[in-house]
Amino acid sequence: MRWVGQLTNRVKFDLLMFRRNPAAAFFTVVLPLIFLLLFTSIFGNDTLSTGAKVATFYVPGILGLSVVSSTMVNLAMTTTTRRERGILKRVRATPLPPWVFVASQIVVATLITALMTVLVVGIGRVIFGVSLQLSAFPTLIITLLISTGAFCALGLALSTIIPSENAAPAVTNAIALPLYFVSDVFIVSENTPRFIEILGGIFPVRHLVEALQPAFNPFVEGTPMAWGHWAVIAAWGAFGLIVAVTRFRWAPR
Amino acid sequence: MTNAIEIQGLVKSYGDVHAVRGIDLAIAEGEIFGFLGANGAGKTTTIEILEGFRQRTAGEVRVLGQDPATAPLSWREELGIVLQESEVEGELTALEALTLQAAYYARPRNSEEVLELVGLTESGGQRTNKLSGGQKRRLDLALALMGNPKLIFLDEPTTGFDPSARREAWEMIANLRSLGCTVLLTTHYMDEAQYLADRIAVINAGKIVAEGTASELADQVAVTPRITWKADDSVQVPEGFGAFREIESMIIETNDIVEVVHALTGWAKEQAVDLVDLDIVRPTLEDTFLQLTGGS
Repeated sequence: MRWVGQLTNRVKFDLLMFRRNPAAAFFTVVLPLIFLLLFTSIFGNDTLSTGAKVATFYVPGILGLSVVSSTMVNLAMTTTTRRERGILKRVRATPLPPWVFVASQIVVATLITALMTVLVVGIGRVIFGVSLQLSAFPTLIITLLISTGAFCALGLALSTIIPSENAAPAVTNAIALPLYFVSDVFIVSENTPRFIEILGGIFPVRHLVEALQPAFNPFVEGTPMAWGHWAVIAAWGAFGLIVAVTRFRWAPR
Repeated sequence: MTNAIEIQGLVKSYGDVHAVRGIDLAIAEGEIFGFLGANGAGKTTTIEILEGFRQRTAGEVRVLGQDPATAPLSWREELGIVLQESEVEGELTALEALTLQAAYYARPRNSEEVLELVGLTESGGQRTNKLSGGQKRRLDLALALMGNPKLIFLDEPTTGFDPSARREAWEMIANLRSLGCTVLLTTHYMDEAQYLADRIAVINAGKIVAEGTASELADQVAVTPRITWKADDSVQVPEGFGAFREIESMIIETNDIVEVVHALTGWAKEQAVDLVDLDIVRPTLEDTFLQLTGGS
């Protein structure tokens, strides 16, 4: 079971590198929290026709964004950078099983997602009074698990189509930012145009946000099962996995 | 003595482009072997096939007894690979990078010892992105040594170095001999191959055109010594010497230096011609290399 030690060690150093990379820490951890504070402070007290406060939508919205940026955005950028700098190739030159390296990236992304969940939920509760609904807690956990896996796969898949280190932030943001806007992350509206609804419904981000919403909805009853949303997210994850496995490269282009 | 590397009839083609066209080579254990060739000659393609990074089109290859195309991961326990262009994670210090590398191997060396071996002890606590070019190359070698390899690949270890950094790198590579490693290094510098390697293979257009020690190579191509002096168009051409003008110089190619110089100075005295900057130029290793690779 040598891989256990190898994986533990690699995770330890990957976490250390994440902590020492100010850009990664800012965009992955700080920026989503700034969004949460700003959007919720400005629009959070508005009330929807259901009687729910908009703040109860911003918390799952920004939590969804945090999941996507900790996993997909993070992995697409770091994997591309490491590939282009020859770091991945050097790893391949050693007896480290390739899957251990990839697993470490996924473990780290999962740990960052967990940290962000605690921070977003905590700030939502303490500053904006948005409570986590205990009955829907299992829904939240299942959604987080499925989407962490799926968006990690999509991040690795995305890295395979990014040609260079310079292109990584551009390509990744060009995909992620529009998705946030059509996925109820930044804008909570009851009269979104139909085509935006359809567009958002095709991609996994809005399904993630909608699957997270019951956990913060004060009117929720029991433990809702978001089968439809989970299925769409998982399908995208499977697609990402296929692309990543078939196209992944260890050597620079 | 067994061979660390055996290559027979190695061919690598990319469609109609033939990067390697039939290489045969055997490198003995403990040998420092130089693979010398110009850019694009097929050095990197060959070494990457040996490292298991590329698949060959045809031929037989054995590296430490295994076929690199099908060798298990454990085969890499005994290999140290210094790639041509590869960075180290800039967020780690040199010592941390070595400690991380150590965890990949079953029987790693001590990271502080290796740091000392490559002369980086003082910089062990520095972030790798703050190291100088020469220090980064030392770290590359240190990383390759962490698994205590039997065989080390060095792909162009000093390309882009200034002369003093090259000297330092040479000494470091020469020290590998004391570790008992087999070393295969590629280079496009003849002097580097001569200084470091026990044997050299010269590769040109995907084929080995000469093989042997540096002096054996020099013997294989007879480059004729030259007698030269400064001469513009106004300077008289001596007759009967086979002299020719090249740029600002007059040149006579001969192996019979004493006789020709004697006759030439006699002619100059007779004609009252001044042989400005008269010089005898012996072929350098670089000339040998250019002759072998058909360059000019």
